[in-house]
Amino acid sequence: MTALRDAFLSAIVAFGLFGPLVGLVTANGEHGLALTARPIATAVIVGLVFFGRLAMLSWRGRTPRATNRALAERITRSGKYLTPVLLIAAFALPFTGSRYYIDLGTLVLTYIMLGWGLNIVVGLAGLLDLGYVAFYAVGAYSYAILATTFGLGFWTCLPLAGILAALWGVLLGFPVLRLRGDYLAIVTLAFGEIIRIVLINWVSLTNGPNGITGIPRPTLFGLAFSMDGGPGTFAGFFNIEPEVIQRIIFLYYVIFGLALLTNWVSLRLRRLPLGRAWEALREDEVACRSLGINVRNTKLTAFGIGALFGGFAGAFFATRQAFVSPESFTFIESATVLAIVVLGGLGSQLGVALAAIVMIGGLEVLRDLLSTLGDQLHSPFFGDIANELPLYRMLIFGLALVVMMVLRPRGLVSGRTPGVALTKVKEIAPELVAQGRG
Amino acid sequence: MTTLLSLSGVTAFYGAIQALRGIDLTVERGEIVTLIGANGAGKSTLMMTICGNPRARDGQIIHDGQDITHWPTHEIMRRGIAQAPEGRRIFSRMTVYENLLMGAEVAGRSGVAGLLEQVFTLFPRLKERISQRGGTLSGGEQQMLAIGRALMSRPTLLLLDEPSLGLAPLVVRQIFGAIRELNRTTGLTVLLVEQNAYQALRLAHRGYVLVNGSITMAGTGAELLARPEIRAAYLEGGHA
Repeated sequence: MTALRDAFLSAIVAFGLFGPLVGLVTANGEHGLALTARPIATAVIVGLVFFGRLAMLSWRGRTPRATNRALAERITRSGKYLTPVLLIAAFALPFTGSRYYIDLGTLVLTYIMLGWGLNIVVGLAGLLDLGYVAFYAVGAYSYAILATTFGLGFWTCLPLAGILAALWGVLLGFPVLRLRGDYLAIVTLAFGEIIRIVLINWVSLTNGPNGITGIPRPTLFGLAFSMDGGPGTFAGFFNIEPEVIQRIIFLYYVIFGLALLTNWVSLRLRRLPLGRAWEALREDEVACRSLGINVRNTKLTAFGIGALFGGFAGAFFATRQAFVSPESFTFIESATVLAIVVLGGLGSQLGVALAAIVMIGGLEVLRDLLSTLGDQLHSPFFGDIANELPLYRMLIFGLALVVMMVLRPRGLVSGRTPGVALTKVKEIAPELVAQGRG
Repeated sequence: MTTLLSLSGVTAFYGAIQALRGIDLTVERGEIVTLIGANGAGKSTLMMTICGNPRARDGQIIHDGQDITHWPTHEIMRRGIAQAPEGRRIFSRMTVYENLLMGAEVAGRSGVAGLLEQVFTLFPRLKERISQRGGTLSGGEQQMLAIGRALMSRPTLLLLDEPSLGLAPLVVRQIFGAIRELNRTTGLTVLLVEQNAYQALRLAHRGYVLVNGSITMAGTGAELLARPEIRAAYLEGGHA
């Protein structure tokens, strides 16, 4: 009986929340905008909440908590097998030949890369950065401006864009060295907005809100992916028919490589004294200082290296879109990347990848499924939801965060693998340890 | 004996509150010196001031012939001074091994194996726990880890801030035994801050008594132990 009452209360809350959010739509009426009610959609959601809550309560009544924990442990442990599976799947994805999936994969990989980059700052060094998109923007605009004004190629600009972003990372790092927690978050948030507003207003350099168009595409060892099929192009060189999909696949592998680079560097760094110092910094700044760690430099390198990868990802974004405008670098991007890092489990490489797949890919696939379902059933209902799904992205993120914080408060993959471990103590000869290989 | 560390007229403030009022103190090479005093006397502040956090406002801190009063903390710690801070402050999510490696950051990578061996001889318990996270250790083990971590930088001066805090008497004896052992075999100089005055004075060659940010008494461990006012204030747990 209490379960029923509880479910009923949840349904009321859901009605209060989703009634205005989903139940009312603005439409172009005869006299300007008019509100249209959508009772069915609202009823479906409220019903889902009601029965969902009911199911949850009865499920919780029966399942002991231990099962939940065992499940969680299994997820963490399965990471060993999951990583190669994901890698192979990611490598093999372009062989499907489906442009839709390759494009989606590219998008997901971009976010994975951003997540891994931010993970260095937030997950390892423990510096809450809400303005990560700023470095993404710096990278994107660096490439866009360098390429369009000086005619430099993607591969020349990529390191430059990264270095410029890293420079901004360090610049941001200086004023916030003394800040911690909430204060740090607020300043980094402001920094993200400052960059965007500068991009909008510095018209002579950035072309303002109109953005920069005609950004060149990357080449494969000098071979362009253009459609004319001339001798200097990819298709011309290999004597095949030029097709758009070749460029799409190439871009996919570029971001795949960049993401792997990010991952490799993060993993390497974690084994080095610098990475250890970051983690120690996250744990206890005073203790770090008492061990002779230069806290300032350690923080600045974290900001710098995190920004470096943001810059790489930004340059890639610019070359993929062939167009950048300040619109692409709003706070929502920072929030998305941060949500991915937090959901994935701070500091976990696999967790970040999984979270990005679920948050970016999952949502997109859900949208696709719903719209297909709508087409199949000839019912506009599912199609409508599918079209509106992107609007609810933040809502779904929020929901996911809440659910995660309840079920797995330390993120999807919460287990921290030590950067260095002595699992085989006896096999390590002292001279190896002395050389720093232990 | 040569002087390793000397403080003269050192004052320190937390905002407007004066925590240290003109401290004069010397530590000779190879000595164990203890600093005893009640809660809030400024013992830990003195320890932290030597490390430059907070900085001394007046006075001079000279380590090994060099004025380090205005040096940044991490530079001071690179001079062979190591601290096992109050409350241990180990890195709880990192393994014992990683914690120890963090301590070796200053000394560099060469000879890490030898240092580890030295720490494990001193505290065999740490070797058993090597892959465990710092946070999962017991209080005594955490203290051992904090001291071990400090030793990894190959210090010539070890600052120990309340190593007996919250530990069972048996564990305290074990840790104090280790400190004595270290001092005897390696000649390590130790400055020990303690509430546990009896144990500390028995261990130390010399001692200072700190009251309200000033040093009120100094002498050898045995001398101080024999003083009636010390017995009254710090040993028999009351105001006689």
